[in-house]
Amino acid sequence: MTGQMTRWIRGLFGLILLVAPARAEPPAPESDAPAQNIVIGYLRRAENRTAISRLALPAENDGQAGAESGLDDNNVAGEFLGQTFSLVAHRLKPGEDAGAALADLEGRGARFVLADLSAENLLKAADSAAGAKTLLFNIGAADEVLREEFCRANVIHVAPSRAMLADGLTQYLLWKQWRKFLVVVGSHDADRLWAEALKRSATRFGGKIVEERMFADAGGARRADSGVALVQKQIPAFTQNAPAYDVMLAADESAVFGEYLPYRTWDARPVAGSAGLVPTSWDPSYEQAGATQLQQRFERKFSRRMSALDMNGWTAARMIGEAAAHDAAGDIGAARAYFLSKDFALAAFKGQKLTLRDWNLQLRQPILLSDGRNVVSVSPQEGFMHQFSELDTLGLDRPETKCRLK
Amino acid sequence: MPFEMSRAAFVVALLAASPAFATDAFVSNEKGNTISVIDVESMMLKTTIPVGQRPRGLAVSSDGKTVYVALGDADQIAAIDTKSLSVSDTFDAGRDPERIETSPDGKTLYVTNEDSNTLTFFNLETKERLGGARLGVEPEGLAVSPDGKTVVATTETTNMAHFVDAERRKILANVLVDARPRMAAFTPDGKEVWVSAEIGGSISIIDAQTRKIVERIRFEVPGLRAENVQPVGINISHDGTLAFVSLGPANRMAVVDVKSRKVLKYLLVGQRVWHAAFTPDDKFLLTANGISNDVSVIDVGALKVVKSIQVGESPWELVIPGPAKP
Repeated sequence: MTGQMTRWIRGLFGLILLVAPARAEPPAPESDAPAQNIVIGYLRRAENRTAISRLALPAENDGQAGAESGLDDNNVAGEFLGQTFSLVAHRLKPGEDAGAALADLEGRGARFVLADLSAENLLKAADSAAGAKTLLFNIGAADEVLREEFCRANVIHVAPSRAMLADGLTQYLLWKQWRKFLVVVGSHDADRLWAEALKRSATRFGGKIVEERMFADAGGARRADSGVALVQKQIPAFTQNAPAYDVMLAADESAVFGEYLPYRTWDARPVAGSAGLVPTSWDPSYEQAGATQLQQRFERKFSRRMSALDMNGWTAARMIGEAAAHDAAGDIGAARAYFLSKDFALAAFKGQKLTLRDWNLQLRQPILLSDGRNVVSVSPQEGFMHQFSELDTLGLDRPETKCRLK
Repeated sequence: MPFEMSRAAFVVALLAASPAFATDAFVSNEKGNTISVIDVESMMLKTTIPVGQRPRGLAVSSDGKTVYVALGDADQIAAIDTKSLSVSDTFDAGRDPERIETSPDGKTLYVTNEDSNTLTFFNLETKERLGGARLGVEPEGLAVSPDGKTVVATTETTNMAHFVDAERRKILANVLVDARPRMAAFTPDGKEVWVSAEIGGSISIIDAQTRKIVERIRFEVPGLRAENVQPVGINISHDGTLAFVSLGPANRMAVVDVKSRKVLKYLLVGQRVWHAAFTPDDKFLLTANGISNDVSVIDVGALKVVKSIQVGESPWELVIPGPAKP
């Protein structure tokens, strides 16, 4: 709390320095109303995410930095509205109960909590005693079940689901007239779920899975020197004798083999999914729709690039800021009602407003397709029509949902 | 007000006397780093002026002799001599200047600095920075009241129209509008401020006296999804009867009757229309179309697009020296 305050004050000081030498006049106080402080919780998983490329290894404050950046933006608006926003954070210890962790944040005043948790822990937190008093923002779990069979009325999904990511990717591949896919799936549960989403998407939009192969995680060293030589021999052998295909789809959420596929496939084919062309909610190279502004603000403050998890954190924090600006952050019921109302339209540098699906509390959003250097395209693609919102061509739609919100 | 009108009339008379100077439109090409100059009599491209990194906002000096250009990536303002059609001066403008306006007396230049949350005031004679007012996140839209007393700036991420006292450089009021406000414009009588919200898809009409929203205009373009209708530029005719609102990726200008606040018509223009400008006689409106790299010419009387003129890369704003823009 104190650390937050000093950081915030330091930020403010930096802001004043920026406009030196002539100092900007501070904003006029808007009213005599007592300041409203909104405490936002940040609950994060114990385990570190992993990656094959060292360039993709997440920063220590991955996600939380994005949330802090969103809080900064909220606090600027708050100066005009008599509101302040502060962040309290809790990182799960291995084996710690997610409900107890949420209770800690709730005890420190947080009614809105950003959660970067596994699906299992997110449900534990949501169904705990503290969960009944909080509104959770899922920024880190793409699992469909959280939006479907196990959807919860106190969990808003800011992160896109696997089906949304898969649909965003597949729409583009079909626009390119690449219709035949060879799926390579890892041996972990998350990999299988990602493969399911990719296959469902291909079927949904008229693509064809010509074959599916499994890449078993043999526990090899990811970045050992000898590994590279081995991989060069291993991947071509693994991918040979495939039926004719246009694109290899890698389903490797566990980061075991996916990024080893490009340039090593037996046939000269592009890779997409977990490597090559990757669907995501943010990319540090993205600069459309005014995004450069946010990228620069973030990079100045944190001296690193903004990740997709950071963007999910920023977006969730800004949602709470918008609720506060519209007098809807007093209690979680009012906030939830505001997010579901026609008045809610979030500007998040995606070229169109983001709104909430009322049937499962998933944030509607475009999906960026990144090649690691640039954003190749943004889905939904032209020609994928929907009677309500083209964004609803991404992910499971209202008629398909298994979610029954209580 | 009577003074304002007579001053405008005087400028028109002056312009009529020197047509060569009166009939140029200046277009900022955001990615081309140039200004395209269009001869408004013939509606032909006259010349292209290299100007510096990321030109966007444009403003005209009160005597019509200078067009100021905000260079976002150079952190500078360039001054273009409207006679010689060359850059006559540049000066530092603070970080990332986006839109600019001049005060009616011609003495002050107002700049929204998108990257430092500031509305900056410059003395145009000395090019000296007078001070700033701290605004919300990502200031952009800018409008000056006809009496010169109030400056309205919009902030894209804070979603506000900030009313600033032009003399004391202090915020008078902050009005919450819809998501991502891009532009503000006063009606010529100074009574209303219109603010566009790109993501919110609306125009908020704010009473300039009470500083409360009195009405919201929304746009429904037949055959287009609501999310593709993104109001950005607002141009109100000098006589105050018609407002033209550019709808960005909808590739259309909405024509709004200012009095009834009803949409009269949608005109198909080039792709990704940003800002626009009237000719001094209000007979034509020229629009800058960011993706098709052209300018559409609208016959205001007929409400028809009569021509398109190819310009530089990513045209963003347009000014036509003449009576002060509302």
